[in-house]
Amino acid sequence: MNKKQKMALIRIIISAVLVIAFRFIPEELKIVRFVAYMIPYLIIGYKTLIKAFKGILKRQVFDENFLMAVATIGAICLGDYSEGVAVMLFYQIGELFESYAVGKSRRNISELMDIRPDFANIEKDGTLEQVDPDEVEVGSIIVVQPGEKVPIDGVILEGNASLDTAALTGESVPRQAKAGDEVISGCINLNGLLKIRTTKEFGESTVSKILELVENASSRKSKSENFISKFARVYTPVVCFSALALALIPPVINLIMGNPADFTEWIYRALTFLVISCPCALVISIPLSFFAGIGGASREGVLVKGSNYLEMLSEVKYVVMDKTGTLTKGVFEVTEVKPADGVSDAELLEYAAYAESFSNHPISKSLKASYGKEIDQNKVKNVEEISGHGVKAVVNGVTVAVGNNKLMDSMKLDYVKCTKAGTICYVAIENKFAGYILISDKLKENSKDAVKAMKAAGVKQTVMLTGDAKAVADEVAGELGLDKVFSELLPADKVSKVEEILALKQSKEQLAFVGDGINDAPVLGRADVGIAMGAMGSDAAIEAADVVLMDDDPAKIAKAIKISRKCMRLVYENIIFAIGVKLICLVLGALGIANMWVAIFADVGVMIIAVLNAIRALRVKNL
Amino acid sequence: MKKTYGIEVDCANCAEKMEAAAKKTAGVKDCTVSYMALKMTVEFEEGADVKAVMKEVLKNCKKVEDDCEIFF
Repeated sequence: MNKKQKMALIRIIISAVLVIAFRFIPEELKIVRFVAYMIPYLIIGYKTLIKAFKGILKRQVFDENFLMAVATIGAICLGDYSEGVAVMLFYQIGELFESYAVGKSRRNISELMDIRPDFANIEKDGTLEQVDPDEVEVGSIIVVQPGEKVPIDGVILEGNASLDTAALTGESVPRQAKAGDEVISGCINLNGLLKIRTTKEFGESTVSKILELVENASSRKSKSENFISKFARVYTPVVCFSALALALIPPVINLIMGNPADFTEWIYRALTFLVISCPCALVISIPLSFFAGIGGASREGVLVKGSNYLEMLSEVKYVVMDKTGTLTKGVFEVTEVKPADGVSDAELLEYAAYAESFSNHPISKSLKASYGKEIDQNKVKNVEEISGHGVKAVVNGVTVAVGNNKLMDSMKLDYVKCTKAGTICYVAIENKFAGYILISDKLKENSKDAVKAMKAAGVKQTVMLTGDAKAVADEVAGELGLDKVFSELLPADKVSKVEEILALKQSKEQLAFVGDGINDAPVLGRADVGIAMGAMGSDAAIEAADVVLMDDDPAKIAKAIKISRKCMRLVYENIIFAIGVKLICLVLGALGIANMWVAIFADVGVMIIAVLNAIRALRVKNL
Repeated sequence: MKKTYGIEVDCANCAEKMEAAAKKTAGVKDCTVSYMALKMTVEFEEGADVKAVMKEVLKNCKKVEDDCEIFF
């Protein structure tokens, strides 16, 4: 609690004690009772009264201070001293709770996002000096000790360490980093001593970008928030005028009909109206739900750029995904080694790797990576590259040919054709077919589960777009269980495909496009919700997308949808609950069934419950 | 041009009122106030004198909500 809140609490306690004590003053001592009750009333309400008075001077009559002042003064004038003071008392309790709860969740959320580094270590004359990260120039060398955060993006010069990226990605397994690796700011160095050459300024580093993004997220308001602002703007004046009508019309009708006017009763009912008229429960709980939802999501490595996107995400029915880098790793790897009779796996791979050892082609790189051992290039002679076919070489005195089916055909060899998707390297040793090696882009381990999870989360259609060949695309789509696949697309075709799907869907359904942020910025922009994945360190993706998945785990897509659903459920719960309770209380108040106490519940009680409900949006870990 | 300022205000409804008041200020193209983040993002009109406009914004906000502050 801060000082202001503590003062408010003290005032509340003192006046509560006084109100209870003054109940024992006998009814007959009217003046004494009045004077006595004025003490707690002024203690608790003087600020509100002053504000209400200032409001009148500035012609701001429909403000809650004014309402409370009118309602309580009205009650006191009617002789209901304790009720008048109690309304003010509960109003203040509500205010205190609101400011405490909001302050606390604000702190909670900023703690979640506590990735801002406080300093950077710079080595000077053999000693470490702590400086403001803002002052470190690009290309400086900084030192990160165990337990410290990496303050600025850079490349490791010396040392290796495990890095905890949980605050950025939600991933709990630490990442290993060694000299030559790029590191992004916001990771925590768990064990080693790292020397890092910075490649960016602090303001351009990942950490700053993320913080900026999350902090600005609440300024992009959702439809629900705009609805509530508009509602609040209409609600308060309508209730106030209804209160005025309620105070005047029935008594006047009574008079005309020749009955007793009963002004006291109707004014009392009108005053209960005024107490219910404050829209605070709504106005606070809806943005709070979004704020908490965005905070909780960012803790899971899902950055949502605005409340509006969180809202749209919850209505996603179509998920269109890019293949390479999103569903697959985007790295070519040897996925199958199939030797012919009399040749071993290791032999086949060794010959292929040696024959290709002089090439820098991605295929030869994957062969070498899969072989894994040091290659002695002296053993390789007479390398002959045959463009569009492959390569021939003499390895350890043995002639080896590695290439595609055209090479095999041109050598007139009898070979086993492979029909699998991917790049196939046929290998011939001493002019005899020795087997093939399949190189393909591997699916991410959890792509399949991710697609299933999306379906379970209510996504109607999962679509894959790719520039790859039809055979490759169909195999991947089949394995993952995707609904539709469009292959052999140029980048521009992807936009038109997304537009086709956009035209088909109903207006309430949203389409999300998921890409890795490379080459697909136009598509990210065209979709209702653009989701970029694997964005650690990629500025382009962070710029272009509406939702950013910090690591490249496709399972986060379903997670993001679920988080948004939970958040929206809380938002609707709060809207319906708060408006519902208030309307019921208004009706009951007009009929004279609900008294001031019910009205206080409708105001303060609803607000407290709505705020507590809204804070639940923070808890998204186990969704 | 867009700029973001820290604000101080006590209740959510008051923040809404500040937003409405700031939007009406001459030189302000658009404005959003986030009560949760305690931030006001102001989009200025082309060629507006930021300092002068912000003074007006604060004045207008004070009119609707006495107890508010904008840090600029």
